[in-house]
Amino acid sequence: MLRGISLDVTAGKVTGLLGPSGSGKTTLLRALVGVQQAVSGELSLLGAPAGSPGLRSRVAYMTQSPSVYADLTVRENLRYFARVLGAAPAQIDAAIETVALGGHEEQTVVSLSGGERARVSLAIALLNEPELLALDEPTVGLDPVLRRDLWATFHTIAEGGSTLLVSSHVMDEADRCDELILLREGEVLATGTPAALRLQTGAEDLDQAFLDLIDRAEAPA
Amino acid sequence: MSPRVTMATALRVLTQLRRDPRTIGLLIGVPTVLVVLLHELFADRPRVFQSIGGPILGLFPFVSMFIVTSITMLRERVSGTLERLMTMPLAKLDLLLGYGLAFALVAAVQASVVSAVAFGALGLDVERSPVGVVALAIGNATLGMALGLFVSAFARTEFQAVQFMPAFVFPQMLLCGLFVPRDEMARWLQFISDALPLTYSYDALRRVTAAPELGSRFALDLAVTLGATFVALALGAVTLRRRTP
Repeated sequence: MLRGISLDVTAGKVTGLLGPSGSGKTTLLRALVGVQQAVSGELSLLGAPAGSPGLRSRVAYMTQSPSVYADLTVRENLRYFARVLGAAPAQIDAAIETVALGGHEEQTVVSLSGGERARVSLAIALLNEPELLALDEPTVGLDPVLRRDLWATFHTIAEGGSTLLVSSHVMDEADRCDELILLREGEVLATGTPAALRLQTGAEDLDQAFLDLIDRAEAPA
Repeated sequence: MSPRVTMATALRVLTQLRRDPRTIGLLIGVPTVLVVLLHELFADRPRVFQSIGGPILGLFPFVSMFIVTSITMLRERVSGTLERLMTMPLAKLDLLLGYGLAFALVAAVQASVVSAVAFGALGLDVERSPVGVVALAIGNATLGMALGLFVSAFARTEFQAVQFMPAFVFPQMLLCGLFVPRDEMARWLQFISDALPLTYSYDALRRVTAAPELGSRFALDLAVTLGATFVALALGAVTLRRRTP
């Protein structure tokens, strides 16, 4: 359940969508890519209504659990989605390189580790060089090294000109984002760069900053 | 609609199937064994095998493809790949036709192998060319596939999807005229039988294999089988929602 949301996400930046479980992160991302039912009111992005056919080749979405065909190899998965997207075959190798899955191309997804599967799913989202890339908790359940590598990958992708919207419920990932959107119970609590949020609350720790913002929002006016 | 996406989907489905040799073995082996069993069962009454053998050959693909498609499509829904495809420039019809093409090809292989055994080793003899039986078998497979795609939308788990087989397929098998000739059924059962697509595809098979004349009813049989396939595909497309809760 989301109410009256309006957001500015800067192009070519990594924006973190943070909030506790159930705050509406997945719903917001699904609404943006046009697969969420019962969206009332107007929702538009990149100058077109969310989910309109023209956007389908400009936006990419990576679901929370890897949406790939487990019985196909990495390359077969990418080849299929590349054909659906009309992406050039060269994009397949480029995407494999970006997510550092070289050497695993001929392995079936079912034989890969959880982190590798997540990266196959990410590679698919990169195939059509999307203008907006919506990633739903892409680092959940991954070890610290992989998480660091993936965040580095996100910034590499953003430098290529794509805009990334990455959701997470882990506040310590907030510092890895260029900009933040804090979501709580379906409402935007705060937006801004990590530094600005620190300044606003006077808290050194972003976790604490988030808690301060919640307290302020709940304090009687 | 784009032939590129349709073909890519068909190829992808076939590649997935190729990764699962046991399923291919079961798809081809089980009906072959069943036809042999049927032949042995009526060893002392060869006329029974001659009269029901042909139609049965054409009905196997209907059942197999119904099950295989409903499970495959359910997996696509559960794994999130369907949702991902729905965010991409893919027409629903591309997906459905891709599945259709892939499974029609599998059905053709299945029907050809089982027919080769029946017409060759088991000495099944039909009134007309065995090619007609294989062609109708592919048609039935497509019908089974379309129905399977449609009902998969109503299953949340694979257990439920498997239960749709007895729910949707058995009544059609019982009432199509294979077990009891339709004119010997109670009136109300005949009405139900009239409303079920398999009744018409069974009748077409019976005419190709046994009847001295195809008759004008044959054209109706083909039209209803084809029409039911398209209606089920259209209903399947309606159940493929871009937006889900």
